[in-house]
Order: sequence, then structure tokens, then C-alpha cells
Amino acid sequence: MSSRSFAIGLGSTPKRVLPGFGLSLGISLTFVSLMLLLPMTGLFGQLAGLSLAEYWAIITNERVVASYVVTIGAAAVAAIVNAAFGLLLAWVLVRYTFPGKRLLDALMDLPFALPTAVAGITLATLYSSNGWMGQLLEPLGLQVAYTWVGIALAMSFTSIPFVVRTVQPVLEDMPNEMDEAALTLGASDFTGFRRVILPHLWPALVTGTGLAFVRSLGEFGAIIFIAGNMPYETEITALMIFVRLQEYDYAGASAIASVVLFVSLALLLAINIWQGRFIKRLHGGHG
Amino acid sequence: MQRIGDGVAVRRLLIGAAVVLAALFLLLPLVAIFAQAFARGIDVFWANVTNHYTLAAIQLTLFIAVLTIPVCLVFGVALAWLVTRFRFPGRRILQTLIDIPFAVSPVVAGLVYLLLYGRTGWLGSWLDGHDIQLMFAWPGILLVTIFVTCPFVARELIPLMQAQGSREEEAAVTLGAPGWTIFRRVTLPNIRWALLYGVILTNARAVGEFGAVSVVSGAIRGQTNTLPLHLEQLYQDYNTVGAFASASLLALIALLTLVAKAGLEWRAARREVHP
Amino acid sequence: MSIRLHEIGKHFGRTQALEPIDLDITEGELVGLLGPSGSGKTTLLRIIAGLETADNVAGARILFGERDVTHLHVRDRRIGFVFQHYALFRHMTVFDNVAFGLTVMPRKSRPSSGEIRSRVHRLLEMVKLEHMAHRYPAQLSGGQQQRVSLARALALRPDVLLLDEPFGALDAKVRQELRRWLRHLHDELNFTSLFVTHDQEEALELSDRVVVMSNGRIEQIDTPDELYRHPANRFVFEFLGDVNHLEGTVRNGVLTCGDARLAVDLADGPEELLLRPHELELAPSATQHAHLPVCVTAISPVGAEVRVELEADWLGEPWLATVSHADYERLHLTRGTRLYAAPRRWHRFPDERSKQAASTLEAVS
Repeated sequence: MSSRSFAIGLGSTPKRVLPGFGLSLGISLTFVSLMLLLPMTGLFGQLAGLSLAEYWAIITNERVVASYVVTIGAAAVAAIVNAAFGLLLAWVLVRYTFPGKRLLDALMDLPFALPTAVAGITLATLYSSNGWMGQLLEPLGLQVAYTWVGIALAMSFTSIPFVVRTVQPVLEDMPNEMDEAALTLGASDFTGFRRVILPHLWPALVTGTGLAFVRSLGEFGAIIFIAGNMPYETEITALMIFVRLQEYDYAGASAIASVVLFVSLALLLAINIWQGRFIKRLHGGHG
Repeated sequence: MQRIGDGVAVRRLLIGAAVVLAALFLLLPLVAIFAQAFARGIDVFWANVTNHYTLAAIQLTLFIAVLTIPVCLVFGVALAWLVTRFRFPGRRILQTLIDIPFAVSPVVAGLVYLLLYGRTGWLGSWLDGHDIQLMFAWPGILLVTIFVTCPFVARELIPLMQAQGSREEEAAVTLGAPGWTIFRRVTLPNIRWALLYGVILTNARAVGEFGAVSVVSGAIRGQTNTLPLHLEQLYQDYNTVGAFASASLLALIALLTLVAKAGLEWRAARREVHP
Repeated sequence: MSIRLHEIGKHFGRTQALEPIDLDITEGELVGLLGPSGSGKTTLLRIIAGLETADNVAGARILFGERDVTHLHVRDRRIGFVFQHYALFRHMTVFDNVAFGLTVMPRKSRPSSGEIRSRVHRLLEMVKLEHMAHRYPAQLSGGQQQRVSLARALALRPDVLLLDEPFGALDAKVRQELRRWLRHLHDELNFTSLFVTHDQEEALELSDRVVVMSNGRIEQIDTPDELYRHPANRFVFEFLGDVNHLEGTVRNGVLTCGDARLAVDLADGPEELLLRPHELELAPSATQHAHLPVCVTAISPVGAEVRVELEADWLGEPWLATVSHADYERLHLTRGTRLYAAPRRWHRFPDERSKQAASTLEAVS
């Protein structure tokens, strides 16, 4: 802020001291245009060929709408579960020392490192009727594979690192005096956590959960194996796009994809804006 | 030192819960992959891995990864240098744009490439006229792989280079060092471990990408099948052991990635303590 | 409420941060814990607060009045604690910060919300921040944040108030102002307070009594005046102000060091004398008792006195002298001026280990 007003005060942009502006700008812009922006034109070109009525008919098709419900519902459940589980893991990893902590910490990145298809077939196998987990859970009346629970489970698996890895650094950086101030003022563990620590972690927790939710909405490889893909019941939206493509219905695929794309980008933008506001309040910015 | 939640009972309860849940949720699947792969003994596993189609898939997967990494590396370093060393209009937008691949569903990513470069797309039909086919062939797989992996290197470098600031490079400029020398002698030694980790992540994602690749590959056995697509086909054919044999290879790469990360973090932490 | 410590020590792993210490602070006293970093002063304060636990030895006791708090958890000790970096809750308004301690009390003993409101407003009035009640900490200056932190600590009407380097993070001017204001508040409300500082000026100005610490030990406990006049040992003497050293050999009542000579009433042998800058007199010629030729190398005429840096062949480290502005003009001091120094007083702390009484002698004149 101050450096900017300084530049304005001088009435000119400061001269660039370091070399490589032109080169790095050239590489970056070329790459972003060719790899990120140009492909989007294909999507809009395809959509332009559709009338509004056709577009509306495709995206409100009954089976597609059912897939929205399944996807959003499962992603919401997965996100909420991950918020709680991720917070617990981040807390334990930051606040306590215990044997195996390094291993637990390393394990947190597994879902990012493991290919989604591998996660998909593994979860499907584990939770099928004769899998290790399925054998335990089914007698209890909990069917996971080929139900929305399985979808939520797969989503939760692939997105848990988002919550842990966003909350963890914030908790690490939280000054010890916050705890101490709360304790000297007589707060119990629970009250102190609820009124001092949780609000401190809130922006990171919401951001992490939001990112996990966005990721879950688009997840494909980890889900299709465990989902069972029953029309109206366990079909996710990404699968609907995939099916349209296999039928060479590019227009239909594009229409549904545009909905997914719009929702993901809008959510990403919302998370960024919300985070910006919150941070502004905590770190100054008057008014 | 007194902190919230430091009581013995609370501590034990929370650690216990975290460890048990993480073991069930994260560790068990990892164990299951290898258990399934070796379910019928090492001979069957080996036969599955050395099967002609599996070898072809491994070859294609590695080929794609080897081509993807340098592209992502150049882009990631250039972008990180640009947004951390200069201020210019549009800097924030550029930084947001590179996150798009993280937010976009892989299937959608595959789709947009298919629409552009496929036979019906405007660029694809032009290429088709010149007898160049990108989709349902390895170039298409390479393109979508680059798309989904391009943020990793930049994402690792940007926060680090931002935190380090440009004082050292500026000092080098005052000492008269030319641009390339500054990067090689001053910047690179500071970022090499983050760079390495970025490459490792890029590699992990490149060999494992499924959704986007499955849209553009056509999945022709022995030709355009990457390892993840290959294991899907085996799984759909009820060849569980074969599928998990391939899966275990990918899981091994994932494990190596985790080990590398832990190693690099340990190294960084040690450097902080003993500067 | 008085504070009594008995046999309070602390080990971190194998290193001893605090040797077992006894300390009595009477009710209503304002006591400063003074020492360099690593002297154990903050550890001692945090042990009293209950933020650290003292080594568990049989005799270790902490008493607030008649109340034994040795094994009491920090949240039950009824202390007010002010942190160096304020430690305000960033996501709460000033009002909510001050009200925090009251709102987390168990429901039975918690005041009504109306009562809480009026109490918080009274506190904010006291720290002159009532118009800031609905601001967030990030919108306040450092000094204002520290006042909020103080109001927050006082909201529960604590028996004792503990302050950890309360002004350490503030700039010089604000620090002055807050110091005076804390003294005022202390006199008005008459609580027992203990504060940590590494700034000797702050400790001497603010405290009724000062506890000087080094290396986990209490070196001296005294009023500021006594401390300055009669330092118990060399450490205290050196820590409480600038010191000039004069090392040489005494023979027949004259200390010689190069071409410097000083008449002293001491036995023959090697000797080290310590001199305060304001106890040095500068003159164009040597006196009968002191022949200490020096050369002015730097002058800083800022403040009530002029600070003059002196060097000479016979000196290892440069000396510092403070002279009045009148003397400064009379002597026509500039860099390079050659003149003679003569100590009005000097101090010596012979053989530290024998703990002999230190001597401070008027120079023979």
C-alpha cells in the first residue's frame, strides 16, 4: 500500500531493477493463453451452437438434475465431515508430540499423491460386501459401496488434505499468548477453544473446507468405481459429462460442463473474496 | 508452558481419535492396495506387471511424465519470477488464473481440450486438414496432463520466493551480475528444494491423472493407455489382481513422493535450526 | 494482596533457568524485575502467574496473601497478566476483549450482561478508550492496544497484576507516557504489581523496589535509590548505568596505567576502578591527584547533558563523560581537544567471589 502511494506520489512507476521481466512475462502469458484460455474458447464455441431452450433442456434434464443433487449432497457431507476430521488432525499434529507423529503427518498428503483411479478401485474393493471394511459395516446395516455414502467417502478421502494443510500452518503460527491470555482470564479448555482458538482458525477452516467442497464437486476417478452409477441415485455430474462424450453428444457434454465450471469458478472466487475481507479486518484496514 | 487442551485426558483422547481414524481412513487403503496386488502370490503379480499391455502403459505414462515436467518447470519458474519480483497491472489476475486447473473438474478439462483440438473443434478441424491428429493419441494426453499439472511448480515457488524477497537479487545486480547468472547463482540455490518438490508433485500427478486423460485418450490398449486407464480396464474386466498390480506401482510412486516430501521438510527444518 | 515465594526454582531440561529463590512482595507494592535477557526474570514472572510450573521440590511455595497457589492452575489463580505483545484477541472488538474474562465466568458467579457492560465501560473510561469500544485491535496503535490489554487484565479485579515487558514493544515517547500512567493507576487502585523489564531507567523510575537478576539469580533487592547508591556487586553496578574502567597497578598510593596517574588510598597491587560518566570532571590541566590525559573523539550535545567520548593510549576502551552545557561551552570542547579527566568518585568491587562489601570512595581532592 505504502509503496504504491509512493509511486503515485512520484508520478511514475519505479524502474524495474531486476532483469527478466520481458522473458518471464512472455513465457507466462503465452502459456496461460495457450494452455488455459484458448481451450475455453472451444467450450464457448460449442455452447454458441445451442439455443437457450436447448441449453436449458439439457441442463435441467431430470437425470442430470438428480446427479446435481447427488454430487452436491455428497460433497456437502464430505466437506462437513472433513472440516471436523481435518481440524482434529491439524490440532493433534500441531499441538501434541507423540510417537508416530511424523508418519501421521506424512500420511496426510497421501490422497494428493495417490492417483484418483487407484484410490477409486481401492475404496471400492475395501467397502464392497466382501471387502475388509464392507464385511464389518454391512452387518451393522451400513451399505457404503454403490450408495451415496460411498460417493461421500471417496470425496472425503480425496479432499481431506485441503482442510488439514490449510488449518495446520495457521495453527502453527498462532502465538502462544492467545492461549495464555485466555487462561489467565479464567477460560476453561472448551470455552477457550470455542471463543479464542476457533475464531482464529475460522478463515483457514472455511477456506480449506470450501476448497475441499469444490474439489469434490469435480472429482471423477475416485468416485466412479465405488458409486455404482445407478441412474437417478448414484450418478455424479462428472459422470454425466463423461457419458455424453462417449455418446459423441458434445453439445450435451459442454452444456453440463459449463454448469460445473461456472459453479466451481464462482465458488473459488467467493472463497477468495471472503478470505480477503476477513483478513482485512484482522490485519488492519480501517472502517 | 500452559496451553488450551494440554490436560492429559484431553490429549490422549484427541491423539487416540486422530490416530485411529487416520489409520482406518488413510493407512488401510494403502495397505489394501499391496495386499490385493500380492493376493495370489508374487508370481502372479510379476506376470501382471510384465504383461505386454502393462509394460506399454508404463512406457507411455513415463514418456508423458518426462515431457510434462520440463514444460511445467519452465512455466512455473517464469511465472513465479514474474509475480514475485515485479509489480505490474494484472499480477493478481495472473496468480488467480493459474489456480484454474485445481478448481476445474478433470473431466471438464479433458472436454475443453477435446472440443478445441478434436475433429469438430475449430483448431482441430484445421489440424485435421493438415493430417495432424492430437486427440485420441499421445499428444492429447500430454496436453491435458500439462494442463492439470501446470500449477504445482509455481504454487511451491511463489510463497517461498515472496517470503525471501528480492534483496539478494538486487544486491547481485548492484555487483554487476548479468541476469542469467543472478538466477543461477543467487536465486536457484535458495529455491532448489522447493523446485524439486514441485517437480515431484508434478510427476505424481502426471503419472496418476485419470479423468482428463480418459476423455482424450481413446484408451486403445497397447497404444494410448496410460497406467491409470489400464488399471481401470483390468478392474472393469474383473481382473482385480491385475488392476491392483498396476495400482501398486502407482501407489509406490505416491509413497516415494511422501517420503521425498518428508525428507525435504526435515531438511528445511534442520536448516532453520542450524543456519 | 502480598506475594511470597519460597524456594522457587526452575529447570528447562538440564539447564537451570532459575536458582531457588525467596521473594516477599508486600501488599500494594509496585516491584520491577530487572535483568538482561536470559536472567530468568520472565520465567519467574510466568511461574508466579502459573504459566510455567516451578521445579517440584518439597519446600517450593507460592503464596498470595494466605492463599497457597503453588499447585493451582493459572485459570484459578485470579491474576491479571499483561503480555509484551498485548495478546489481544484479534477477532474481538475492544469491548469484547475487555469483557472476555467476565463472560467466561461460570454461569453462577457471572455478572448480568448489564453489569458486565457497565463494568467494561468503566474500565475503558479509565484507560481513556471508551470511544474505541467497537474497534478491532488491528485498528489501534500499539499504545492503545496495551491499554486495552491492561483494562482486560483488570476486569476481573485480580489480586495481583503481572506485566511482562509491558512497554517493550512501544516506541520511546509512548513508553514514557504509559509508564507515568501505569504508576498513576497503581497508586489510585492500589493493587500489588510485578513487572518485568530489561530497561534500567524504566525499572528505577517506576518501581517501589527493584529486583535485579542475572543468570537465574537475584543479585539485589532494594529501592531504586539504594540500588544506585549502594550496588551490592559489580554486576548491579554495571547493569544500572554506563561504566568507565580504569585498570592499573598501585604503588605507594598511586595507580599508574601508561602515562596516566591517579592518587588512591589503596594497598599495592593490580587494581581495577569503575567510574560513572557523570562522576568525571574535565579540565584543561591535570590536578595534583589526577593526571589522566585524554582526547575528545565524539560529542553528543542532545539532552540535559553533553555526552563526550574520550580516548587515550593508556585506555583499552573509550571512556564516556557527561558534562553540563555550561562546562561544555566553557571548555570549548570539539573533536580532537586534548584535556585532563579527574574522577570525583570511584568504585571498586575487589574479588567478586569473596562477596566482600564493595567500596565506593570519594576521591581525594
